[in-house]
Amino acid sequence: MTTPCLEIHGITKRFGGLIANEDVSFSVGEGEIVSVIGPNGAGKSTLFHCITGFYRPNEGKILFRGRDITKYGAHRICKLGIARTLQIVQVISDMTVLENVMTGAFLRTYRREDVRARAEEILRFTGLHERKDTLGPDLTIADKKRLEVSMALATQPTLLMLDEAMAGLTPVELREMIALIREIRERGVTLIIVEHVMEAVMELSDRVVVINSGRKIVEGTPAEVVRNPEVIQAYLGERYHA
Amino acid sequence: MEKTAFRRIAPGAAVLAALLVFPHFVKGSFPMHVMIMTFMFAMLGVAWNLLGGYAAMFSFGQAAFFGIGAYTSTILLMYYNVNPWIGLFAGGALAALTGAAIGIPCSNLRGHYFAIASIAFAEIVRIQFNNWKFVAAAEGLSLPLLPASLRNFMFHTTKAPYYYIMLAFLALSLLLCRYVSTNRMGFYLRAVKESHEVAKGMGISFVRYRLYAIMISAFLTAMAGTFYAQYILYIDPESVLILPISVQIVLVAMLGGAGTILGPVIGAAILVPLSEYTRVWLGYKGTGLDMMIYGALIMLISAYQPKGVWGMLTSIGKRAK
Repeated sequence: MTTPCLEIHGITKRFGGLIANEDVSFSVGEGEIVSVIGPNGAGKSTLFHCITGFYRPNEGKILFRGRDITKYGAHRICKLGIARTLQIVQVISDMTVLENVMTGAFLRTYRREDVRARAEEILRFTGLHERKDTLGPDLTIADKKRLEVSMALATQPTLLMLDEAMAGLTPVELREMIALIREIRERGVTLIIVEHVMEAVMELSDRVVVINSGRKIVEGTPAEVVRNPEVIQAYLGERYHA
Repeated sequence: MEKTAFRRIAPGAAVLAALLVFPHFVKGSFPMHVMIMTFMFAMLGVAWNLLGGYAAMFSFGQAAFFGIGAYTSTILLMYYNVNPWIGLFAGGALAALTGAAIGIPCSNLRGHYFAIASIAFAEIVRIQFNNWKFVAAAEGLSLPLLPASLRNFMFHTTKAPYYYIMLAFLALSLLLCRYVSTNRMGFYLRAVKESHEVAKGMGISFVRYRLYAIMISAFLTAMAGTFYAQYILYIDPESVLILPISVQIVLVAMLGGAGTILGPVIGAAILVPLSEYTRVWLGYKGTGLDMMIYGALIMLISAYQPKGVWGMLTSIGKRAK
């Protein structure tokens, strides 16, 4: 059996008395798209931050391609090949679109010309090339999300994690984003997406992990998950439980 | 295409040529002094800019590095007979190490907190030197007179060599700043300036790049300190380690345009002659007046033109197009 891209073993993260994640385990194979879903406050973003090194879990282990990265700092994890975008889009506000992406690309290359060429190639791929001289904050929400994806791609990740990349998009923009994520996968990148937009989750995911109150309740294919009574209960509440 | 390239280079080349021939036409000692001080503060502003302008590490403690540079080369020369040019690099290295030593515990401090820490650090250094017998405490040190030569970094009858040396130092700093700002480190510092989270998310060790910035800035600032000692030939804590020096360095960069390569040069060209001439015209009656003008300028810049004079010029230039 080949080593999975990412293995999460029994992650628990506490903030004082609050347990944000409790004994969460799952794994992601190379080239897979796995969605993490759950109601607001379920602990999805906390899990996300644990994987990318922004939080350190209290218990449990995270292996990236067989390597224990639980105690690694965020920048080291990025260097190893895990990139992420955040729920609240973060770009460098006094830089143009191109400069933002170049900043990401400097991780693997030093020569400015190579970095620039690489950044332009990524912008063509994500469809932002026409806007390359626009300042980050002047973009529309959809373009900002694309920019953040471009910045993450510029660091040449093997695993890309997207936190609510689809929230707040118009139907047309949503279609474009779904298409883009597909193309990213075709380039050989493994993806974990944290998402509320079920349309995207159903369409993109190979597998879905459902989290509620910090615990994993179900894992399976999208079709299995939406039929699961526990999931319906978590989303709709006790009264609607069939 | 050729025409635009010419247009781009021409103003810079003209200014450089004018600066190179300046000492041959202006013989007065005072205008030369003002020019030398302008170059020196431009260099100090460029060094500050790497920290404050690119990485938003607002250091108000640059005087410490300036003083370390001045004292290191002077002590080495006086006590150990070491050539000032070697002292120049020793001072730079010592300042860079000191910068790293102070930068590590401060690596998470941003904005105001970094500014406060830098003031505290510089004041500790000043008080230490003020009471330290080895460096003659508050009495200060007079440099021994050596025969005038480039090798000895000392000239008695003319200021022209100092003028050219400082101009060369400034040019070197500008080239270094341009290299840094257009390559990886410049991009990374701007990411660090935005937020440490953004930087980490792109694989940037903000601790490391902040340290690099402090060390380069400290090195350049110390070089200017050694120059100052060799030029004035007398140093004491009051002349090389006090807070007003740090403030003036910040102002030069902020007024001209923080985060731009030429901004500090423009800032120095405005501020230094202003302060030197008000001092001459008003004499002791005017003591403190330059500080009042500085204070007013700080308020005006931060309220109306955070990008400084350079920012104003470029936005006018863009509108003209």
